[in-house]
Amino acid sequence: MTPLAAYLLVAALLFAIGLAGALTRRNAILVLIGIELMLNAANLTFVTFSRMLNDIGGQSLVFFVLVVAAAEVVVGLGIIVAIFRRRPEATADDLNTLKG
Amino acid sequence: MTPVFYILAALTLAGGLASVLLKNLVHCALAVSIAFLGVALLFLSLDAQFAGFAQILIYIGAVAILVVFAILLTRGSDLPKESVFSRTWLAGLIIAAAVFAVLGWAVISSASALPSAAAVPAVTVHDIGAALVGRYVLPLEIVALLLTSATIGAVIVALHEKEKAQ
Repeated sequence: MTPLAAYLLVAALLFAIGLAGALTRRNAILVLIGIELMLNAANLTFVTFSRMLNDIGGQSLVFFVLVVAAAEVVVGLGIIVAIFRRRPEATADDLNTLKG
Repeated sequence: MTPVFYILAALTLAGGLASVLLKNLVHCALAVSIAFLGVALLFLSLDAQFAGFAQILIYIGAVAILVVFAILLTRGSDLPKESVFSRTWLAGLIIAAAVFAVLGWAVISSASALPSAAAVPAVTVHDIGAALVGRYVLPLEIVALLLTSATIGAVIVALHEKEKAQ
């Protein structure tokens, strides 16, 4: 096993932690944090492969993932703040007003 | 494998676990910024200076602060009366464990086929800058448009209720 494979394992574990957080927590902000952890794990994989293959594509992609994650967190937190303003006790379980 | 890697990996995973498990949302935000810092240091240990410093600036400098602001604006710092975990937590945990099993199996079973890193990293910050304004200039423009529209959209979404109330 090459040393860099350990980085991939760490990224896989971080992804699983983020997924568990996004799927199991009630609070919508924690769901967003879980998604951020998953994006970070994907970035770690990109950088590891970029180092492994000496390719510039991985590190360039990290830049785009960072920007998209920033856009996502801005919109997500704006929506959460708007929802909480309307219903102070909102959790991810209760946010089903779009349900028919 | 150096001890530095083990320390950084333990820091990152402990921060991630704590952010998922802790009750108080403010503590979660602090734990997640530790996880972000750990990932940034892992980037630096992989000779990815650009990714590492961009990670520190964007995630610890902006995203963590935004999350703390959102927690304070939504009174999320009060401890919840009921369980912090959703009703379907067991299914979520099983899905996450299955995903980790698949990813870990894929990494371990292909580990012998992975190339080992070259002694001298060939990718420099200069190369990334040149690629971003050369080969990737169209994605760069699109991502700039996305960021602008996301910022405007977030302001409109967050302001909406106030306008109605007046």
